[in-house]
Parts: sequence; structure tokens; C-alpha cells
Amino acid sequence: MHGRIRTWGPGALVLLPTVLLLGYFVYGLIAWSFNTSLTNRHTARKGPANYVGFENYAHLFGEDRFLNSLKNLGVLTVAFIVGTLIFGLLWALLLEKGVTGEGIFRSIFLFPMAISMIASGVVWGWLLNPSTGDDARGLNRLFSILHLNFLENPWWTAGSRWTTMASIALPAVWQLSGYIMALFLAGFRGIPPELREAARVDGASEFKLYRYVLFPQLSPIALSALIILGHMSLKLFDLIYAITGPNQFRTEVPSIYMWNTLLRSDQAKAAAIAIVLLAVVAVLVIPYVAYTVRQESDE
Amino acid sequence: MRGGLSKTLAVLGAAGLLAVSACGNSDDGGSGGSGDASATKDVTVFTWWADGGEKAGLDGLVSVFKTDCKDYKFVNSAVAGGAGSNAKQVLANDLQAGKPPATFQAHAGAELRDYINAGQVDDVSSLYKEFGLDKAFPQNLIDNLTVDGKIYSIPANVHRANVVWANPTVLKKASLDATKAPTTVDAWIADLGKLKAAGVKAPLALSKGFAQEMLVEAVLLADLGPDAFKGLWDGKTDWAGANVTAALNKYKTLLSYSNVDREAIDWPDALQYVNKGQAGYTLMGDWVAAQQVADKVADTAYTYWPAPGTAGTFQFLSDSFTLPTNGQDPDGAKCWLKTVGSAEGQKAFNTKKGSIPARSDAVPADYPKYQQSAMADWKSNKIVPSCAHGAACTLGQNNDILSALSQFSGSQDVGKLQKALGAAMKTS
Repeated sequence: MHGRIRTWGPGALVLLPTVLLLGYFVYGLIAWSFNTSLTNRHTARKGPANYVGFENYAHLFGEDRFLNSLKNLGVLTVAFIVGTLIFGLLWALLLEKGVTGEGIFRSIFLFPMAISMIASGVVWGWLLNPSTGDDARGLNRLFSILHLNFLENPWWTAGSRWTTMASIALPAVWQLSGYIMALFLAGFRGIPPELREAARVDGASEFKLYRYVLFPQLSPIALSALIILGHMSLKLFDLIYAITGPNQFRTEVPSIYMWNTLLRSDQAKAAAIAIVLLAVVAVLVIPYVAYTVRQESDE
Repeated sequence: MRGGLSKTLAVLGAAGLLAVSACGNSDDGGSGGSGDASATKDVTVFTWWADGGEKAGLDGLVSVFKTDCKDYKFVNSAVAGGAGSNAKQVLANDLQAGKPPATFQAHAGAELRDYINAGQVDDVSSLYKEFGLDKAFPQNLIDNLTVDGKIYSIPANVHRANVVWANPTVLKKASLDATKAPTTVDAWIADLGKLKAAGVKAPLALSKGFAQEMLVEAVLLADLGPDAFKGLWDGKTDWAGANVTAALNKYKTLLSYSNVDREAIDWPDALQYVNKGQAGYTLMGDWVAAQQVADKVADTAYTYWPAPGTAGTFQFLSDSFTLPTNGQDPDGAKCWLKTVGSAEGQKAFNTKKGSIPARSDAVPADYPKYQQSAMADWKSNKIVPSCAHGAACTLGQNNDILSALSQFSGSQDVGKLQKALGAAMKTS
């Protein structure tokens, strides 16, 4: 008995703080939020609240504003992931081909990531000014100076959901593409040179080399990138808040709606929004975690 | 078992929030001076007056407090951020954790209902009698502040919301007389049309969020008249009425004369459009007066009048201070409230902040030009509350209205807006 404790005791002791902190601050608070979301605690008043089952959820899904925020989130996520993957892969390809001053380019592409979303959001808010023509400011001004007037557009302030949310995704793409580039570049560098040489010896064209030899080896990285970007997009708050402010119907996503709801002390509804958001993230992350765990146990 | 668990969670959560809010406060509490009095005599005053004229006003109030309440030490707990957007979140955390400041700033009127419903503020009507404020404040202000026969805060100032600021040089382009306001919204729309014809592309400068809400309110006030307008907020006027539809259609027309980047700019930018001659008018509260003085804009470069069709009505908003339930040092807080309501306190505060005192016994000669005219109107006009600034609406109602207006700014669907506004006022 004593011997057994000696084998697992120290390990458990080291893990204990993490387990306690995670248990309370992550899972405990999730449980608390879920519990709140089932009550009618719609004010900041203390004291007992009554359980109302899933009424808050039913209300949410019958509400224009919440459905609008969910649709916005869906469009934002697609635009953001596609944009970031395309630019990240493109830059990685260009650097992988070998350019002089690669280090400089790598840093330039990575720098946006070092800026906090709230700071870049403020600046992008100015850049995405919807004025056109003589009054044009920000990016529209740049377009008019370059005689590219046809590119001037109202950004997020008018037009369809797609143009609106793509305009919001633009700063996020700018910020995260460098990170995805770094991931892919590391992937390319991790492929043994022998494979390329073998393919070339076999007479593969450059296109075939990438299509059949290199890209397949990058798929685990692409999957990780997808998950990382996906969950970032679902939780995106500060960037949108800084660009459009609170209470902007056109660009509202569930995280901002939750903040607005909490500000008016409607705790039950805010908790319900949080739980829905958590469920959406879980749909994305849990299959990935399951997949990784299975792969690791295979090895 | 469940109760025990949730209690433990609550305690731990509260501890976390406290740690966070304590950090926030220590960053901002610079001007409180350092420990010359004992800690029990600290009076923590929570505001969102962190810079500019607002900070200067607060400093003025503090200097009066220092002489009037020698036993207490002022501790500044200000959180920066437009119209208190950040501050309200921090405050909600502190109140939730059961650690209220000695007193906190809140918009007077309906916005207090959130705190009243949550049992977080005490009735201060007895202090009105004790300090003689029931006589010093105009009766119709007191009526506007009273909720179910009780008053929950003491106003430090009064601002006017329904003011249009105009650039005479721009108006001259269409031969309009800048000194006279159009008498109705329709006349205003006609003038805007003339300006547009004269080459002013967006004659009405408009910014995002509450500025649009203020414009809607001004149009409703003009079309419905002060009594029916007040009824919109207390449930006596039907939001679905044809007169509301007509007013909202006028608002839609006004939007067509405004700048396309209205969703992307704030009110100071809109004011700059007027000052620089890109636009003829902007509607904004009278804090613009202080801004113009601070920006050194010449008196002759701008004019102002009540929003068209609202002459004779003073749409007010007011910053006030409360007495939180279970506050740390209620006596110190009461001394602060006494300073806030006193003639010297209101003078020290308002001459710097650019607002007017809520007391009717103030001496106009102490104030700059704009405030003198506002003080005269405050005495003679009908007083109606502003929703955008919390006098007529709760935070939640405001939130819903802002969301509906931002949707309308793009969709221009009057029927939908009218429904959304009616629904917003049904929430709490």
C-alpha cells in the first residue's frame, strides 16, 4: 500500500493545483453558468431564483436579435477561416520557395499578431470608414489615391450580411495570417528533403510535387489551424467591439450580445447565451480532441 | 448540498471579482492623496469622470467637499469610458459582490430603476428635506426623479439634449437665417433640401449610437408634443400610433440628409463636420458648448437653438449621486451628497463641466454665455426626460432601442423600427 502511494503520489501532488484551478475556474463556473441559465434571474437582485427549465433558451431561439447574431457569427467564421488559410498558405509557399531576407518577411508577416485585438480594432475602425468620393477616408482614401475608385465600398455599414461580416473578418485575417504562415512554414520545413529529391528524380512536376507529396503531409497542420482559427472566431469580441461599438445590430455576434445582456443585469439570459456559445465551440473542438487522442494512442 | 456548493462558488467568485476590481481601482485612484486620515473615514466616490471638463468639474466638487466635510477623505474611484460604458460594468461587479462604493454616479431618472429593482440603492427623500433640496430644485425636476413616491439620488447637474448646433457660413449658401430655428421638423427638412440643392452633400451631421437615438427623440418630441412624448416612456402613449409612424418617417427622411459614415463616427467627429463647413447642422446635447470652448471655436462660428419644433421644452438629463444600500460609511456618503446638492458644490462643479446647476437659485452671471441661456430655459420651459441618457429609460430599454436604430440605419424599415421600439419599452 505504502509503496503504491509512492509511485502515484508525487505525480498526483504536482497535478493537484491544476486540477483544482481548472475544476473550479473552468468546469465549476461552466456548471454555475448552466445552472443560472435555467433560472429566472433576470435582475441583479440577490436571493433565491426559480428554475424555469429551458425557457431562456426557447426565448433566445425565438428572438430575431439572437438568430441574427448567430448567422453573423457563421458568416464571420467562414470568411475568417477561408481568408486566413489562403493568405497564410500563400505566404508560407512564397517563403518556402526561398527568398532573400526571409527572416525580415517572416517578421513582417508575424508582427500583426503582436498587436492586441482591441488596439488594432480601433485603428481598423478608422481604416474601414465608409465615406467615398471626395470625402473618402481610411482605405477608401487609399483606393482613390491609387485611382482604384471601383474598390471603394461602404465596408460593414451597408450591404449584405456577407459583405458586412467579411469586412469585419478582414482585420482578423490580417492579424492571424502570419501565424498560420508560421504553422505551414514549420510544416514544410519538417518534410525531409529526401522526399522532394525522390519525387524530382521520379520526374514529378513542381505542381505534382506539391499536390501529391507536400500538401498531404501538411493536413494535420491544416486541421490544427482550422480548429485554432475556428474557436478564435467563435469567441471574437474585442475586435468587433472596437470597430463597431456595442449595440450594432449589423455586426453583433453572440459574445457581444452576451456582454450587452449582462450589462443590463439579465444574468439568466446572458448565461444562456454563454452556454449556447460554449456548445457551438464544443461542436468544433470535441471531435478534434477525440481525433488527436485516438491518433496518439495509435502511436 | 447544492446550496452549500453554490454558496462556496459565490464566495470564491466574489473574491475573484474583488481582486479584479481592486486592481482597477488602484490604477485610477490617483488624486485621493495618500493616507493622512484613518481608513474608516474614506469616502469612495465612483464616477466615469476621468478627464477633460468632467474631471475638472469633479475636482471642483472635491475642493468644496474638503472644506465642508473636514472629517472625511475623498477617494477617487473613476473608470474612464464614454457615457460610463466601462464604469457601469465595473460598478455592477462591485455591487454584485456586496462591496459598493460609498456613493456612485448614475443618470438620474429611470436608469436608476435597475439599481432600485436590485435593491442596491437607498431612498434619499429624507436628505432632500434635511438639505432643503426639495425647495432648491424645481418641482418638475423632482417629479421626474420620483419613483413610487421615493427619490433615489441627488442630481449634480443638468444637461439639455434637444439642441441643434449650426454653422451660419454653411447656411448662408442656401440663404438660410442661422439665428432662427425652423419651427417644425417639416420646415427643417425643407431647409435641409435647400442646403443639399446648394451643394452641401450631407447637410445634417450624424454619428453612431446615442446620437441617432437623440435625433429620433427630438423628432418624436416635436411631432407629439411634450405630454404625449413623456407618455411614450411611462406607457401612456401608444408606440403603435399613427403619429409615431409619421414621426419615424420624418426621421427616415432626416437620415437621407446625413453623412454615410454615421455608423463609423462619434459625436465629436460629427461636430467637426459642422465646424469645418462640411455640414450645416448637428443635433447633440449641450456638452457641445464646453467642447467648442475647449476647442477655441469662435462664438460667431456657430449658433444653437432648441431642435426644430421643440422650442419651449427642455429635454433634460442629469448626473446624480446615490446612497448605496449597506455602503461602507453612510455618514461620509451623506456629507458628499450634501456637497453635491449645495449651492457652492453645484457652482464649483458646473462652471467647469459646462452643464447647468439643478438648483434654481444659481446666479447666471457666474456662468458662460451658453449656460446663461440654458438656465433661463430651465426655469421657464416644460421639462421632459431623455431616454438616450437614462432619464426616461432603463439600461435594458436603451440597449434594445440602440440595437433597433442601428438596424434601421441600414434597413430603413419604418414598420419594423416602430415595432422594435414598442417592444423595447415593454422590457425592463
